[in-house]
Amino acid sequence: MEQQKQLFTVSIYTENNVGLLNRISAIFQKRHINIESINTSISEIEGVSRFSLVVDVTEEQIRKIIGQIEKQVEVIKAFYHTDEETIYQESCLFKIKSDLLFEERSIQNIIKESNARIVTVNREFFVLEKSGRKHEIELLYRELKPFGIMQFVRSGRISVTKDEMKITKLLEAFNA
Amino acid sequence: MDTQTIKKESLVESVKERISGSEAVIKCLLAEGVDIIYGYPGGAIMPVYDELYKYQEQIHHVLTRHEQGATHAAQGYARISGKVGVAISTSGPGATNLITGIADAQIDSTPLVCITGQVGSHLLGSDAFQETDIVGISTPVTKWNHQITKASEIPEVFAKAFYIAQSGRPGPVLIDITKNAQFEEFDFEYNKCEAIRSYNPVPETNPDTIDKAATIINEAKKPMIVWGQGVILGQAEEELKAVIERTGIPSAWTILGASAIPTSHPLNVGMVGMHGNYAPNLLTNQCDVLIAIGMRFDDRVTGDLKTYAKQATIIHFEIDPAEVDKNVKTDVAVLGDAKKSLSMLLPKLAKNQHPDWHQQFRDLYKVEYEKVIEDDLYPKQDGLTMGEVMKEINLQTKGNAAIVSDVGQHQMIACRYSEFNETRSNITSGGLGTMGFALPAAIGAKMASPEREVIAIIGDGGYQMTIQELGTIFQTKVPVKIVVLNNDFLGMVRQWQQLFFDKRYASTEMVNPDFVGIAKGYFIEAQRVSKRAELSGAVEEMIQHDGPYFLEVCVEKEDNVFPMIPSGASVSDIRLS
Repeated sequence: MEQQKQLFTVSIYTENNVGLLNRISAIFQKRHINIESINTSISEIEGVSRFSLVVDVTEEQIRKIIGQIEKQVEVIKAFYHTDEETIYQESCLFKIKSDLLFEERSIQNIIKESNARIVTVNREFFVLEKSGRKHEIELLYRELKPFGIMQFVRSGRISVTKDEMKITKLLEAFNA
Repeated sequence: MDTQTIKKESLVESVKERISGSEAVIKCLLAEGVDIIYGYPGGAIMPVYDELYKYQEQIHHVLTRHEQGATHAAQGYARISGKVGVAISTSGPGATNLITGIADAQIDSTPLVCITGQVGSHLLGSDAFQETDIVGISTPVTKWNHQITKASEIPEVFAKAFYIAQSGRPGPVLIDITKNAQFEEFDFEYNKCEAIRSYNPVPETNPDTIDKAATIINEAKKPMIVWGQGVILGQAEEELKAVIERTGIPSAWTILGASAIPTSHPLNVGMVGMHGNYAPNLLTNQCDVLIAIGMRFDDRVTGDLKTYAKQATIIHFEIDPAEVDKNVKTDVAVLGDAKKSLSMLLPKLAKNQHPDWHQQFRDLYKVEYEKVIEDDLYPKQDGLTMGEVMKEINLQTKGNAAIVSDVGQHQMIACRYSEFNETRSNITSGGLGTMGFALPAAIGAKMASPEREVIAIIGDGGYQMTIQELGTIFQTKVPVKIVVLNNDFLGMVRQWQQLFFDKRYASTEMVNPDFVGIAKGYFIEAQRVSKRAELSGAVEEMIQHDGPYFLEVCVEKEDNVFPMIPSGASVSDIRLS
């Protein structure tokens, strides 16, 4: 039975050590799997890092990959979740010429309707920040494109799960 | 890193002493019980070699002739002894030359600690002379690796390295040490590592899974065991034997599991896999319960997964959770240490004998004997067979030798026909299939177990990949016995070309040098035989010789290894010719 590919968010709690990103990404590379997005940050636990990756694979694949990730000595715990099981966001920044802000009334409307936020304005350019789902960001991108975007950047997905992550208790038990 | 390693109170009160990083490296090795290391010096590791010079009474350094030889020698040392093998090299090419051995150790779960020198930390990233990112390069083929840039990190990193290499499912680790860290002085104190919070090497055996497994095994009508190297790594040979003998279950082994149970044991039904025995391969698809113990369902064992043991209930005893359901979906997974799990299982098992089921194995063995084994061991052809060489070696060593084989036809023949009385007697490159493994691995094996007869069985192709290690043998006088089964071909590839590529022998014919002359050039006693009448005397002379010995046996050029499961075919499609 061939399983359908779908997006999974992988959350990995790790020690904060040099080279771990390489070790984790190598697991995907070895299987010829492209990482759609990746983000690393601190986590809710002091001294523990959290990787958030998005990959488009089958559930069978992701289950095996999680096993390989958890096998790494410095990985504390790894989880995978579907979009339905998580609350997720991405963030982006647009750099746009300032005169457009005053001359093009429609830009002001786009900003207002998209719930984007102006981070800074100066004589040459202004910076617009928008957080949301990927499709919302893509919509805003398409709307602003005709006016000219000087720079654009989007972050990797960050997400929290609807259910509790059992990692905190695991670590508490270990440290006790 | 301080927060990650849990140190328990050391029983011996340690005294801090101010020493250099390089001396600390030696003291770490001594604290871990290392007595032999294999390596090759060079610029970025010279401070450590300078200390090795001072400590040569306590640590014997073996100068191999290539860094690949150092890793394979360390592997041979580890495989025969169960201890951690240690290899050391300089930065750059010295470090990259270690990679093949490290990759081999990773896939065959061999505990190694590899130490590499690195350019000074102020030069990192500057493309300095002999700088290479060995931590980056070795990441996918190490269980763990780490770069040390300050001397003060040395004790903790070494303690972790030795702990990680040998705990749980063993594997290779690499420590890269910048040159400045080797020179730097610091207050040395060593505490062995006993736990790492992010690392759970041995899952606790769940008694419920043991109960489930026992019920299934007790109800089975045609059960079969396939054990792998996990039994040897977990020192569970006695427990496995007890389980087999109580239940009377026919038991087969993977190539790396060979020798865990003596070859002559009546319940040992032979090897599974591509060139394994006929009965256990065919009956894999007829058994009702398949009990896999410390093996990982490698594709060379299973053939086509879609037709592998589909009828059977599968029980998998395994230490590594990532192996469960990786290739074959199991019905009951018993996670944990094999020794512990099998001893928990034993009292729950009913006594049984399965006579009719055994008869099926015997009947198929008879078929294999008549079609394959008889011709291999008692050939009617003029040319010598690899099988009869192995038979002669078995006879003269009484099954007590450790056989170190390389990769190819001779390897399959060696594993099929070697008779083993003792565990840890079959040392071969299984997962990676590394030609060139055997000669250096035999050096390491003999040094770890000088009391054992260690015989390397090598093909003419693989022999020439690490032939330079004859220099190591000459210099150290290590009394290994080297048998080259020379068919003037890369035999296994030629066999595939014959069977699957219409006999187009692309680049498999070898024009070989005078191997005896080369051995003699290294002042190693040597002999070449090509006639049946000479074989027995030559093997005897080799074994009786007090010192290293090289024996070249010229065998039939175009013999094939059977049985054979063609690549990607079902175990049911095993061919006898």
